[in-house]
Amino acid sequence: MSALTSHLRNYTAAPVCHDIPINGQLVGLHDSGVLWWPDENTLVVADLHLEKASSYARRGVMLPPYDTGATLEKLAGVMDAFDPARVICLGDSFHDAEGSDRLPAPYRAMLTTLQLGREWIWVTGNHDPVAPVRLCGETVDEISFGPLTFRHEPIEKIGSEETEGEICGHLHPAARVRRFGRSIRRSCFATDGTRLVLPAFGALTGGLNVTDAAYSMIFRRRQFSVFLLGNDRLFPFTASRLVGD
Amino acid sequence: MDAPHLPDRFRSWFASRGWTPRAHQLQLIDHLSQGHSTLLIAPTGAGKTLAGFLPSLVELERRGTRKPGAAGGGIHTLYISPLKALAVDIARNLEAPVADMDLPVRLETRTGDTPSHKRQRQKLNPPDILLTTPEQIALLLSDPVSARLFASLKTVILDELHALVTSKRGDLLALGLARLRRLAPGLRTVGLSATVAEPDDLRAYLVEQPDTEARALSHLVQVTGGARPDISILDSEERLPWSGHSSRYAIRDIYGLIKQHNVSLLFVNTRSQAEMVFQELWRINDDTLPIALHHGSLDVGQRRRVEAAMAAGSLRAVVATSSLDMGIDWGDIDLVINIGAPKGASRLAQRIGRANHRMDEPSRAVLVPANRFEVLECQAALSASRRGEQDTPPLRKGALDVLAQHLLGLACADPLDALATFGEIRSSQTYRHLDWETFEKVLDFVATGGYALKTYEQYAKLRKGKDGLWRIAHPKIAQQYRLNVGTIVEAPMLKVRLVKSRADGRRAPVGRGGRMLGEIEEYFIEQLAPGDTFLFGGEVLRFEAIRENEAYVSRAKTDNPMIPSYMGGKFPLSTYLAASVRAMLSDPESWKDLPAQVRDWLEIQKDKSVLPQQDGLLVETFPRASKHYMVCYPFEGRLAHQTLGMLVTRRLERMGAQPMGFVANDYALAVWGLRDLSALFSSGRISLEELFEQDILGDDLDAWLAESSLMKRTFRNCAVIAGLIERRHPGQEKTGRQVTVSSDLIYDVLRAHEPDHILLRATWNDASEGLLDISRLGELLARIRGRITHTGLPHVSPLAVPILLEIGKEPVYGEAMDRILEEAAEELVLEALE
Repeated sequence: MSALTSHLRNYTAAPVCHDIPINGQLVGLHDSGVLWWPDENTLVVADLHLEKASSYARRGVMLPPYDTGATLEKLAGVMDAFDPARVICLGDSFHDAEGSDRLPAPYRAMLTTLQLGREWIWVTGNHDPVAPVRLCGETVDEISFGPLTFRHEPIEKIGSEETEGEICGHLHPAARVRRFGRSIRRSCFATDGTRLVLPAFGALTGGLNVTDAAYSMIFRRRQFSVFLLGNDRLFPFTASRLVGD
Repeated sequence: MDAPHLPDRFRSWFASRGWTPRAHQLQLIDHLSQGHSTLLIAPTGAGKTLAGFLPSLVELERRGTRKPGAAGGGIHTLYISPLKALAVDIARNLEAPVADMDLPVRLETRTGDTPSHKRQRQKLNPPDILLTTPEQIALLLSDPVSARLFASLKTVILDELHALVTSKRGDLLALGLARLRRLAPGLRTVGLSATVAEPDDLRAYLVEQPDTEARALSHLVQVTGGARPDISILDSEERLPWSGHSSRYAIRDIYGLIKQHNVSLLFVNTRSQAEMVFQELWRINDDTLPIALHHGSLDVGQRRRVEAAMAAGSLRAVVATSSLDMGIDWGDIDLVINIGAPKGASRLAQRIGRANHRMDEPSRAVLVPANRFEVLECQAALSASRRGEQDTPPLRKGALDVLAQHLLGLACADPLDALATFGEIRSSQTYRHLDWETFEKVLDFVATGGYALKTYEQYAKLRKGKDGLWRIAHPKIAQQYRLNVGTIVEAPMLKVRLVKSRADGRRAPVGRGGRMLGEIEEYFIEQLAPGDTFLFGGEVLRFEAIRENEAYVSRAKTDNPMIPSYMGGKFPLSTYLAASVRAMLSDPESWKDLPAQVRDWLEIQKDKSVLPQQDGLLVETFPRASKHYMVCYPFEGRLAHQTLGMLVTRRLERMGAQPMGFVANDYALAVWGLRDLSALFSSGRISLEELFEQDILGDDLDAWLAESSLMKRTFRNCAVIAGLIERRHPGQEKTGRQVTVSSDLIYDVLRAHEPDHILLRATWNDASEGLLDISRLGELLARIRGRITHTGLPHVSPLAVPILLEIGKEPVYGEAMDRILEEAAEELVLEALE
């Protein structure tokens, strides 16, 4: 539980967010990788990929079975700090469709405790297209609150009305910055002010560089910003300052 | 010496060629015929390979032609070489005597390039002699036919054994040998090796070890003599550089040497040095001498052309990295030029051996030091060569990731009895220190990942049956194993493709379909921004873009690449040469052989500061340009110095000295900061004994390792070898980049939740010997206890100049990643405000 206590220690003070407007709504980006929407008392987290290691183990690749625990402990720390009334999991919460069924009992209990007294929304993702079993919460394909729409995969259109206020995950954005002959790669938020892609939150989730062609389907070339996750703050960069992998 | 065991056919064959069998060739036949495994140590040109094969050829001649399908129709002799090209080469050379003597012997090669139908046939109808590589042995041993295939195996010949045993491939082979001995009782081994420091290590490697303290050794045949090599250090009129690795100052001298000789082989330590030397030579090549370039990342076709031209005698010089250190016959080379420091006495001897394939004539070699410290190192290597001393590394302890791979392979072949297998593995010298508990953990790792949290029983790869034997859970597991076999994990590489530049038409997309120039390490390309220029394949290239797994480049219109050579010596300075250099420095009497420039440099050091003592550590501190420097001279090689630098800066930080960064080379370590280090040390506010205390290898090291990218890279290799992560194969969509990312995450999770996991132990063992050189650092800290000399100086000392010059050329460490991001981000803020 040492990871949990250290998170608690870090987050007991009012969490500091980087506030930005998305489609006219002020939302806070947090260095843990979650989105905090103060007006709605809502916490948004993307791509937990719970039970990813056991999903691999089924195929004979024995990744360490500690990813679910690590991810939930980190989530618990964040929940403790923000104490949200509503939580939206933006899809790929489980690494495969049977993931929620495999969830070991202690983790199920932990997750259930986190859900207590909160509105909990599971947005479906390509990894978990069905509602999780034996867990509370409402399952939706996408959902809107006011000017913001929450879905897993971004719609591949630019400048369309449908994409205004879109909050999504799926892409696992990461960015690389080069400096002093060294390059640093971190997970990041990516936004053009009308829509926002969250970084993947899960412990064993990698990242896809924002210079990848996939992002050119949702942002105009180089006309977006990223916020790299640091140890206790975010680092903003414009896309033109980033390098590929 | 009489030749009692040599049949007439062989005698007349030797005679027909005007040869007489050499004494060591006959001795080998003698030892083998009595069932003794034997190590043959001989210099290049002594007929070593033929000596290795003669005993088998003689036996096969006596056996006569085998009837098809007759009993005992397995492989008689295995020849194992570290290079598949060498195996193919040797097979070709061996075909001649077999045909000339009309011997009833079928010999074939088996490498990764052998077509699958031929491999299948080899299993059904094996040749008498199979020439192959350690990986192929592992593959064959994982096959259920292995018991039948090797039941009548009589001899295993291990070529270039000194090179094989220093790596994980040697571990894999040691395990393979242990299995072969069990399948073919009475098996004899022949080791062929260049001269090494400890022949007994290799002798022990060749034979089964008893379950006691005593060490079993093979027989030994040692061919001494051969003419002494004629080695000199280049005596240049030019000014010797203070630092750097380029040897650019001596390029005219080198060119002069090439002109004076028929064929020269120029050895350098790194690929970038090869590129630089090659380019510089062509810049002054007024006579357009045919000078070629050969290194491991050039396109294969290009390399083959160079090799063919070399064999045909149409080249005057080849600039090469260690890709040519070994093996294949290179025709008549009459001069070896070693550029940069040799880094090890034995390495130098082996390189020089390439020069002459006739034992009775001296090989001629010239050493070209790239800077002043390298002069000392060359001098030390020269003395070692004159005394015939060697510094090959001691025998490795077998790696656990390799053991994991091997255990899975064994289970694929046959149900595995844990206790018997444990005994078998411990019978190899490499793994004789393995304890049962560790063995069980490795087996558990193979079966279910070996986690304390036992959640993967249902997905187990190996299951223990009611009979107590371990079997693979599914045939698919054997397929997975075959794709993963081997211990060489290549650094992720990108193909380099030539395209048209987009510098002129800015918006034009980068063109496709240009010529492939070769491959380059991904981490190098990662440092580049589009537009950066660098040297590759002998030309200056402009980096354009990365597309999938290709780096697009165009021809640059400049002679001066922007990205300088990015690495110093690839090999760390050997402990032996380091000790010799320290001894030389501390003894002014020995300076008489050194060039005047170097002598003067050391004399001034003696006047202005002090000389480093042989077993102590000299620490100098001085102010310079508003910063304060600490320079120390451990002479333990770059890797150990980098690790030390990382640890010392952490500790200085905690002691309040506010260090800002450090740089390390093979000889010294420099740390700088804003506070007056001279005052802090001399006032006793910071104790040097405490700073260099051995406990620095405890918590400080542990804390740093959590973040270390070197450690993560090491972990990735272990994870691939052990089979935790699947190996990347050509055509698979998974790129090396994605593997790197996920293995880093796995490392983080594992380290946080199960820090004593067997794979982390394997990683630690690797790192302490390899990239971090912790074992050597430990020896250093023990050596200097109570022997640290501090000298506070008003300004930089002569000895410190080289390392200070490397600041800005070598990567500077010690700045936290977040701090770098912060600066970059704030710069952006300023930009935005303008």
